[in-house]
This record gives sequence, structure tokens and C-alpha cells, in this order.
Amino acid sequence: MAQEYRKPLPQPTETSRPFWEGARRGELRLQRCRSCGEYVFYPRSLCPHCLSPELGWTTASGRGHVYTYTVVRRPAHPGFRDEVPYVLAIVELEEGPRLTTNIVGVAPEEVRIGMPVEAVFEPATEEITLVKFRPRKET
Amino acid sequence: MELRRSAAIVGIGELRPSRHPDGRPVLELLAEVARLAIADAGLEKGDVDGLLVAPPLAEHSLMWPTVLAEYLRMHPTFAETVDLGGASACGMVWRAAAAIRAGLCRAAVCVTGDVLDPDSFYGPRGGRPARVPGREFESPFGPMGANSGYAMIAMRHMYEFGTTSRQLAKVAVDQRVNANANPDALFFDRPLTIEEVLASPLVCDPLHLYEIVMPCTGAAAVVVAAPEIARRGPHRPVWLLGAAEKLTHMSLAQAPSLTTSPIAYTAPRAFEMAGVTPQDIDLVSVYDCYTITVVVTLEDAGFCPKGRGGPFVEEHDLTYRGDLPLNTHGGQLSFGQAGLAGGMSHVTEAARQLQGRAGQRQVRNCELAFVNGNGGIMSEEVSLVLGAD
Repeated sequence: MAQEYRKPLPQPTETSRPFWEGARRGELRLQRCRSCGEYVFYPRSLCPHCLSPELGWTTASGRGHVYTYTVVRRPAHPGFRDEVPYVLAIVELEEGPRLTTNIVGVAPEEVRIGMPVEAVFEPATEEITLVKFRPRKET
Repeated sequence: MELRRSAAIVGIGELRPSRHPDGRPVLELLAEVARLAIADAGLEKGDVDGLLVAPPLAEHSLMWPTVLAEYLRMHPTFAETVDLGGASACGMVWRAAAAIRAGLCRAAVCVTGDVLDPDSFYGPRGGRPARVPGREFESPFGPMGANSGYAMIAMRHMYEFGTTSRQLAKVAVDQRVNANANPDALFFDRPLTIEEVLASPLVCDPLHLYEIVMPCTGAAAVVVAAPEIARRGPHRPVWLLGAAEKLTHMSLAQAPSLTTSPIAYTAPRAFEMAGVTPQDIDLVSVYDCYTITVVVTLEDAGFCPKGRGGPFVEEHDLTYRGDLPLNTHGGQLSFGQAGLAGGMSHVTEAARQLQGRAGQRQVRNCELAFVNGNGGIMSEEVSLVLGAD
């Protein structure tokens, strides 16, 4: 990377590594419980629905909608100083789980709850690619 | 074993919130406020055999109860660190009562306090930061501490129920009227209007600066004691009549609901244990890190139907002279939030009101109080019903 990355970076664990490897390839991967069939996010060592340790990985559609959001106007972390205002959001995936992310590719004032979005993959470092979301046309 | 009337708050201690920390270690604040609470209860240190401490945010230590007990040369037979964020204070009160009911101790001092330290406010708390999911799946996207979490609750509440910023601002304004009658409040001498709230800068949409709690230095403590001690104390005993606790999530993305909190579980159970309803309550003293917190709490506790919290706060006078006195000390929004002592300020104010020593802001005929402690992003809730004799 030409420029040093100054924002907080995730530190993958053995359990979460497949998620980050997927993100690097442009895939949003979710765990799915082999016992009860529920989708699981964030990655865990056991299913939070039935406590089965038998979790497998699936590739998700990458589609969802904005469940809620805020426009952050003062950064809590100095790494975000040059980015305010930016949109922090919770996206609900088509598969069910919700995740915390940023909405990009749209002016903050145009973001709405319920807006259809799709995953975009933003490399932060060679190892880490963050999964963010941008508006998509409803299909 | 029953908690109802198992113990009473018999003494309170509280340091005046300050925006200008004098450099004292947090341990000295904890010791000072423990001393004040024990003295207020008319007890000697040797009468107190229980010690509960909420871990301060600005300074990190292992084994806070042991550190404080040694400092005070106390030898408690029941000790606990209660780590429920803003709900810690309420969580301490029922735990102390349960320990007393179980015969582990007879009088317990519950201690909270913190020093203002903006540098450490959002930072790691010492030691190697735990490898928890929030660091991996939330921090990279730039959340602004609790601000962005409560902002996202408010945004969703507005979307689902049509709640407005003007309605939320009313909470801050009524509480400021209360603070203007409390010389200890940070904003004692500064009135506030709805227009000023709405004109203050947006920090995290839709939350304005004046809808967000002000961190400060301070400390607060209560002594919870067995009935036979409570009956011979210098003040009216403040009985624990009902209590309930529930935790659901750390990250808001994992919350079962953004607009219904665990209070929907804890408040009805606390009321049921006490044998009362929200309509019987004379004083509402509930966690108010943000304006939206109060609105969601009033709904989930049954003061109004779900989604009606916005119109409800507009229709009711929440000041100490109003029809639903709420956070008569000013709430944390106007009194100040000294770390986890912010949560304790709702307990100390309820005790003051029930004991009839709230001065200018005394609520008339105050017999029953609903107190709620809220931690995290409406993650962990403890509801209490307190009553005078």
C-alpha cells in the first residue's frame, strides 16, 4: 500500500479467517449452522441459535437493505478525521443477519432506512478488505 | 427467597460533578464518596460488611473491591465488581439486597465514580485489548462510541413511529428545568429551550449536541442495609420493592430489536414484584445518556404504548412540578455523567425524593419511584421500584 492505513484494522482469528479471505476475493461469506440451518454473522466458534459447533461457510448474495444509519459528523478515532461526515449503518442482509458497515457511493443526506444496497469490497491493506455497501437498483 | 423489602437504601453520598478534574486518582473519589454514604446512613465503617464497586472507565485496575477495601481498611464478607455499564448502579442495589437476604452481609456500600479523561474515553482500557467481535466487525467502520449507536436507535424509532427531533428535545429541556433547581448540576445556571437544542450541532444524525450526555468527574454511592438497620437509621428507609435485570447484546447489529429494549422485560417484572403499576409511580428516575433513551424507556416500562413516547413527552410536564416528574436532578444530560456514577445519580435522586430531602425540587407526596439503569447501547437493563414506608 502506498499510504499507511490509519483507521482501526480487524485482527482476524482462526474462526473468522474464511470471512476475511472471502472479502479479499470479493465475496461476502456467512456461516450457516449444519444443525439448525440458521445463518450466522459475525463468525463464531459455535452457533448462537442452537450452540452446535458444526458451522459451515456459504457465500451470501451481498444484497440487503439499510436497517438503520447515522451520519457521523465528529470522528471518535483520528483515522476518520478526513472522512467526516460519513454514513455508519446497520445493513440487514437478504439471508437475515445484520451487520455494521458504511454506506458509500451516495451523499449522506440521500441515505434512507429501507434503501436497497449491495456489498462493495474496499481493500484497506493487502490482508484486509472491508465489506461496505452502496445503493442498488431494486430487482 | 424474596427481594421485596429485603433491604433498604439508608444513606447516600455524591460528589458534585465537575468539568475540571483536580488530578486526584479515581480511588480517592471512590473512598470519599463511600465515606459520605456511610456517614449519611448514620453508620460506622465497622457496621458495613458488604462492598460493591463499578469499574471506573478512566483508570483500569483488577479487583477494585479489594483495592478500595484495603484503602478504607475494610474487611467485607461480601464483595463484588458489578460491570453492567450504566446499569451497574441499579444492578448493585439488588445484588446488595440479595446478599443481605442471603445472610452474607448486613450493610453494603455500593460505590461508583470516575474522572474525566477524554483521551481514554474511546481508547483501550489497559492490558491487551480483548479479541472481541466489536473490534473486528465494528471499529473498522468508525462508530463514534455510544453516540452513533443511540443515533441509529433514534433514526429507526423515527422511521417506525414518526418520532421527531422536537419531541426528543422536549426531554432535554424539561430535565434542564430540573437542573436549574439543583445547585449541584453542571448546568444549574444555564436554561435551555427546544429551539436551542435543535440549533445545536448535529453530532450523529439525528442527535444534536444538547441531546448527548456531558462526561465529567464525580462519584456517587449508596448504603443498602438490612431492615433492622434501616428502621433505626436517621432517614426514612428507601425500600427495594421490585427489581429485574436482562442483557441482550453488545453490538447494536446483534440486538433483537432496535426500538424495543430489554426494559420491556425488566420493568413489568419489577412492577409485578412490587405489586404496583406505572400509574402508581410518583417519580421516574431513568437513565438518560441521550434523549432517545428516555423515550424508549418510557414506552418499554409501560408509561405509554410502544411508539407513543414522542407524543407522550410532549403531552406531559416532566419537571419536578409537573404531572410526571422525571429525572428531577436534571438527569445525566444536565447533571453530568461521571462514568458509572451517572447511573447511580438516578438512584441517589430517587432516595433523596423518597426521603423528602430534595430541597427546592422536592416532589410532593413522593412515595414510589421507578428507577432504570441502562448500559451499552440499550444492551443491559436493570429496573428497580423503590418505595418509602
